[in-house]
Amino acid sequence: MSNILDGLKYSKTHEWVSDDDGLISLGLTDFAQEELGDIVFVNLPEEGDSIVAGEAFADVESVKAVSDVYSPVTGVVAQINEELLDNPALINEAPYDAWFVKVSDVEDSEDLLTAGEYADFCKSEKE
Amino acid sequence: MELKTPLYDVHVEEGGKIVPFAGYLLPVQYGTGVIKEHMAVRTACGMFDVSHMGEVMFTGETALDTLNHLMTNDFTDMPVGKVRYSVMCNENGGCIDDLIVYKFGEQEYFVVVNAANKDKDYAHMAKNLLPGTSAEDISDSMAEIALQGPKAPDILAELLDEDSIPQKYYTVVRSAVIDGMDCIISRTGYTGELGYEIFTANENAARLWKLLRETGEKYGLIPCGLGARDTLRLEAGMPLYGHEMDEVISPFEASLNFGVKMQKDDFIGKKALIERGEPKKIRVGLEVTGRGIVREHQDVYAGDVKIGVTTSGTHCPYLGKAVAMALVDVEYSAEGTELEADVRGRRIRCKVVPYVFYKRQKKTV
Repeated sequence: MSNILDGLKYSKTHEWVSDDDGLISLGLTDFAQEELGDIVFVNLPEEGDSIVAGEAFADVESVKAVSDVYSPVTGVVAQINEELLDNPALINEAPYDAWFVKVSDVEDSEDLLTAGEYADFCKSEKE
Repeated sequence: MELKTPLYDVHVEEGGKIVPFAGYLLPVQYGTGVIKEHMAVRTACGMFDVSHMGEVMFTGETALDTLNHLMTNDFTDMPVGKVRYSVMCNENGGCIDDLIVYKFGEQEYFVVVNAANKDKDYAHMAKNLLPGTSAEDISDSMAEIALQGPKAPDILAELLDEDSIPQKYYTVVRSAVIDGMDCIISRTGYTGELGYEIFTANENAARLWKLLRETGEKYGLIPCGLGARDTLRLEAGMPLYGHEMDEVISPFEASLNFGVKMQKDDFIGKKALIERGEPKKIRVGLEVTGRGIVREHQDVYAGDVKIGVTTSGTHCPYLGKAVAMALVDVEYSAEGTELEADVRGRRIRCKVVPYVFYKRQKKTV
């Protein structure tokens, strides 16, 4: 069973969201990294880029395939995690530390799931 | 409905992530993941269930002539106990399949074909048999385990006498017995590494798997899935049917000239290959020099001109870089040529390199 942290919010496309005084961090969940397998490459947006809720803002490549990473929020990229560019395996090793971007000026957000709701959602995805 | 190999339950027990492939349910990876599996084969040993592969026995006075008629390679001078790679062409010079031929006796040959092609292969073979040859599809009764990696000889040496282990690349021992189980063992593989492929009857498969697994444990042997099988063959520059070749692509375009003997009297597809002349496009290796990973079916450009398409591509775990194979116009096939691949609307720089990206270092005595 994959790890789901209390206190974070989750999207149905398997991103986690943490809100630190209006600065929103986005990353991939443990469930997502397990499904993807070994991640070997990450494409991130640039600082200052606008991202839109429901649209892809990054992609990750596992050995097998490329997958989009969707933003659950609309806003502006304030910071990117450059460490991921050099060491994409961090996403596999510590998915909840491996934030992709921090987003400011958030205007809109999808309806997000609590940890409990997300756990149920993952269970239904597995079936 | 997908079929199960006789090792299906073992894969589930081992924690394999099961996917449908070529009509079978097979593990794409186990718990350790593709990269660790890949590295195990390069540095220690890995084992793969390849029971989905097809096997056909050719027997009879004209078996050799039939093979020489069906296949592009020449088996005339092949000694008993040798194994040889070949393409099987259609009348248009396209590839029906690529396969390997084992010589068991003067009138007895064992042919291993790709799982996804075995029905069409067998139909084509059956239709083109010469009088005096019979062919039997024995795929459903045979399991196959590939044991691949530098430690593979040590593992087999614990289970078999030296006489029962094929000592040279592309040779076979037809009647090896591992703990009472009859096995065919060839020194072949699809990883670019030293290794063996072991055929045995379905009912032995699970016991043989477990025996190899236990014996190999101290050598670092781990089970490997289809994911690592693909990255390993790609890193070693080995073609995969449906990617580097198909019913339209000729073996010359696929850079498989070594497996085509045009001096042979005749074979199916020879006339068409002569008519097609020198290939206008050819398989090359691409090293990705820009940032990103190039996959299959991505257009390849020289400036604004589309000059080809990739046929396979991935990040190579052992080399630690992204590579691809592509079918490109011959004018752009010279080593060092700078090209670009269109990856989801983004251009990524590539350079033409020899397609054998990884070559095993042979031990020096």
